[in-house]
Amino acid sequence: MTVELLLAIGVGVLTASGVWLLLRARVFDVIVGLTLLSYAVNLFIFLTGRVRVGSPPIVDGRLAPTLADYADPLPQALVLTAIVISFAMTALILVIALRASAETGSDHVDGAEPAGARTGEREQ
Amino acid sequence: MNWPHWIVLPVVLPLVAGALLLLVERSRPGVAARLSLVATSAHLVLAIALAVQAADGSVRAYLLGNWSAPFGIALALDRLSALLLVLTGVIALAAVVYAVAGEANSRVDRLGPHFHTLFQFQLMGLSGAFLTADLFNLFVFFEVLLIASYGLLLHAGGAARLRAAIHYVSFNLAGSALFLIAVSALYGITGTLNMADLAERVAQLPAERAALARSAGLLLLVVFCVKAALLPLYFWLPATYSAASAPVAALFAIMTKVGVYSVARMYTLVFGAEGGPAANLASPWLPVLGLGTIALAAVGVLAARSLRGMIGYLVIASAGTLLLALGLGSRETVAAALFYLVNSSLVVAVLYLLADRIGAQRGGHGDVLAPGPFGDERAALGAAYFVAAIAVCGLPPLAGFLGKSLLLAAARQTDYGAWVWAIVLGSSLAIVIALVRAGSRIFWKPFEPAAPAVAAGTSSVQALALGGLFAALLLNTAAAGPLARFTGAAAQQLFERRPYIDAVLGARPVPPALPIREIVGGKPAKERP
Repeated sequence: MTVELLLAIGVGVLTASGVWLLLRARVFDVIVGLTLLSYAVNLFIFLTGRVRVGSPPIVDGRLAPTLADYADPLPQALVLTAIVISFAMTALILVIALRASAETGSDHVDGAEPAGARTGEREQ
Repeated sequence: MNWPHWIVLPVVLPLVAGALLLLVERSRPGVAARLSLVATSAHLVLAIALAVQAADGSVRAYLLGNWSAPFGIALALDRLSALLLVLTGVIALAAVVYAVAGEANSRVDRLGPHFHTLFQFQLMGLSGAFLTADLFNLFVFFEVLLIASYGLLLHAGGAARLRAAIHYVSFNLAGSALFLIAVSALYGITGTLNMADLAERVAQLPAERAALARSAGLLLLVVFCVKAALLPLYFWLPATYSAASAPVAALFAIMTKVGVYSVARMYTLVFGAEGGPAANLASPWLPVLGLGTIALAAVGVLAARSLRGMIGYLVIASAGTLLLALGLGSRETVAAALFYLVNSSLVVAVLYLLADRIGAQRGGHGDVLAPGPFGDERAALGAAYFVAAIAVCGLPPLAGFLGKSLLLAAARQTDYGAWVWAIVLGSSLAIVIALVRAGSRIFWKPFEPAAPAVAAGTSSVQALALGGLFAALLLNTAAAGPLARFTGAAAQQLFERRPYIDAVLGARPVPPALPIREIVGGKPAKERP
């Protein structure tokens, strides 16, 4: 039970941080937010197969082929697909962000600082 | 026609064509353009053949990799899927013809690399999304069409496209995350991803899991409404669609319909009237949000400053109308929605291509809604704009009028009857005013000098693409009776979910064409019971 609780809290914290970053106005923050969100999603998918220790996902004949002995292999396959897609998408949006900041000269999500905005927010 | 693999061909054909195009696009652009044209035409022919098959009212299922349902991924073809496949084929063919038209240095497909490859992959994603009967597979095809659409949106580059792409990509990535959460939550509750199996299991869920299933179902609704551009989730659309090049924007007209299709499929099959604890999940939300979308889109149409911005809000208005009709949830409103969907997708594609021609004729003025000089095609483009405007705002005699009047007649029996009449008719009036104003500013008020310095003419191939879409619009009007019967039958099929479930879950694996030992080349395979 404690493991489930810890993992659930982990998913929640990752999602919350991801959403918070996603709502910020810098492209870099948005991308990190999307990455955190995809980590949370991957963990969540994995958890839908339930948390089990020591149960293999592939029937090998040594244990009776029932769900009590084996883990559900489908969420693991799904999470693999989701990881591949989100990895590719992160790479793609990074390239778009680099090109956009090169073309517009700004890392604001709208491609330009809003008029009358407080500057120096990111300057230390 | 008894060959079992027809159903998978609309997915496989663009995939193979796209992969081949990747090889030849750089070295032989002329061959690539022809290959893309041939593949897109073949896709349309296939879609029509499948529609003829589906018109008999049966649901055909196809087991990918011969894994029996619900363990493997299944595809299913019914009237709704076939209708959308044909619509996709028509618009895609017009878009690709338009893209290869013009002088070698101004052709849309030569403005950047890999136009045709991305186009074919987008076609594959669209076909797959319309055909699949597996929820996770639907996610994968959504991603395929989205990844291709990112590339197509950015095609030919420029700061405006990059700015639009940042918003569009991050918005859709967040949407995909929600999609995955919803899908895996449904899997965690029911243990299946096959839509037909899901429909049976969700209906029999014990009460303590109903809340989780309902939240997952509503999350899915959010995701589909991101794609379809419903009220709080449409702000990405006008900027994105007006930043894209004309043939891409025309193809994107069918992309919003993927969201509409998914809502129509999931919220009749799984979360429909027979959904047990999750029954009629969307019906409190969709009509209200749809009405709000239509009202705000009408304001957007009135306020738009460029022709393409205006078309963006027209897309939103039509998406709002469609989701409103689906949300009202009676057979008649769904049939009206499917009828209206055909007309609205075609006319939006026409308008995007026309806006590109109008922009080219006005030189530096582009498609801004202000008086300006105009080239020598003012009469022809003005007449085309007039016909398209009649079709898009729903005035007689074109099919847009029939679609809206079917919807209004069907909505009278529902709880929202008065609201639907007031808002749909009011927004139509606002759209008529905006279209008239835009038309008179562009075509009737040119100042001297009458002709701009650079006015690119419409080439005959571009005219062919536009003419083809206009012919489809007129055919839609002329064949309104048969089409209305088809969409009525498609709606009927959506509400009778038992044949769909039986067809998908009852599909048998195809026997191998050769005995297995001949394929493996070794010992005879073990006899299977």
